[in-house]
Amino acid sequence: MNPRLTFATAGRVLAQLRRDRRTIALVVVVPCVLLWLFKEVFHDQPIVFQFVAPAMLAMFPLLTMFLVTSVAMVRERTSGTLERLLTTPVGKADLVLGYALAFGALALVQALVATLVSLYLLGLNTPASVPVLILLAVGDAVLGAALGLGVSAMARNEFQAVQFMPAVILPQFLLSGLLTPTDQMAGWLNALSRIMPLRYGVEGMSRLTGSRTVSPTVWWDLMLVVGCAIIALAVGTATLRRKTS
Amino acid sequence: MPAIEVSDLVVRRGGKLVLDRISLTVAEGGVTGLLGPNGSGKTTLLRALVGAQRITSGSVRVLGRAAGHPVLRGQIGYTTQAASVYSDLTAEQNVRYHAALHHVPHSAVSAALRSVGLADEAHRLVRAMSGGQVNRVSLACALVGEPKLLLLDEPTVGLDPLLRRDLWEMFREQTDRHGVTLLVSSHVMDEAAHCDRLLLLRDGRLIAQDTPEALLSTTGGASMDDAFLRLVEKKEVPA
Repeated sequence: MNPRLTFATAGRVLAQLRRDRRTIALVVVVPCVLLWLFKEVFHDQPIVFQFVAPAMLAMFPLLTMFLVTSVAMVRERTSGTLERLLTTPVGKADLVLGYALAFGALALVQALVATLVSLYLLGLNTPASVPVLILLAVGDAVLGAALGLGVSAMARNEFQAVQFMPAVILPQFLLSGLLTPTDQMAGWLNALSRIMPLRYGVEGMSRLTGSRTVSPTVWWDLMLVVGCAIIALAVGTATLRRKTS
Repeated sequence: MPAIEVSDLVVRRGGKLVLDRISLTVAEGGVTGLLGPNGSGKTTLLRALVGAQRITSGSVRVLGRAAGHPVLRGQIGYTTQAASVYSDLTAEQNVRYHAALHHVPHSAVSAALRSVGLADEAHRLVRAMSGGQVNRVSLACALVGEPKLLLLDEPTVGLDPLLRRDLWEMFREQTDRHGVTLLVSSHVMDEAAHCDRLLLLRDGRLIAQDTPEALLSTTGGASMDDAFLRLVEKKEVPA
């Protein structure tokens, strides 16, 4: 691994993203519109928005970065650019971290805009710490990018990559504690939810917006999200093979 | 020390024998043509040389090291048959990325683009380019790292005669001026005339390795196509 090559890769991915204004617009605007829509749907029960919006702030970065990364990596694999890159001095970890950095930067923009809109336009209760909330959102984004990267190894084309989204993300959503609090789930579901990284993202967001101070459990949630992202990145790196048959 | 040394290379893919006991040597410098029809194993052989191909048996040594050795990744320039470049970037951005990967100064980027005749198209998106131009962007990416060995898979396919001539002149310049060893694959036998040495491949077997002149005189062929036919027919007559 070499920071120079990592940054060169991140720069290249960002240069590609910059040309794709529509994707950037969708990534940044859609979460805000959905948050607003949600608030309007539960217009008469404002408490629902206060409860659900933080979870959505954890969910969006995971979802979008999962899709963007898995499709981008499938494209690298099918177009032959990946095979070519692996014959150059670039390290596998440089490629993976370069992607994580570039999409992490995009996620930062997304999280900033969605959080500011929620706080100042939609009236979300002020969280214990805005920077920690953003940090958690970016952690979720890197997790999404890492999961997308891992999945790209199993997808032969972009269609398959997109179909992995409901398979990988929806179970995490169902078990995240948003629909039913995790402690009210059947024992085996609760156990299952413990290995779903999104649970910790959603939990951390709720704790941040539900109290005035950043409790140690929030840091613990953040560490779990980032830890899972690192594991997923390592697995994703292992799926890159210099030699194939 | 030869630039390439392959002995008894066998590659099986999905039960099919793709390369059958290939042994060959390519000396340092000069242009070697890897000629053969489509499906004869040219791409697989090139992939084995860059270390991207899992081999069944045999040995492949490149620039004195086992193929795929990390040091070689900085010394080999490789282009695949389908140009492996990013279509949503400009020519210059593609080449600049490869320059960064090879840790060469920024000035090398415009030099590489100039040598493939794309200096004026540097800031055009690859997506908007013709197939021949895209191929040359890919070539510039391979050149920019100042490789000792260039492995080019069908770099001239689909180009008009004028561009093809320019490319062969550029290849010649790479070997004469920069001492690069070039291995160029093609399914067009006529390209043999541009090469110092030839490797003829058919159905995964190496049927000849020699200079173009020697091949013509030993087979008595009138053209390279003719020489190829005679070699194939000779092989098929049971001894």
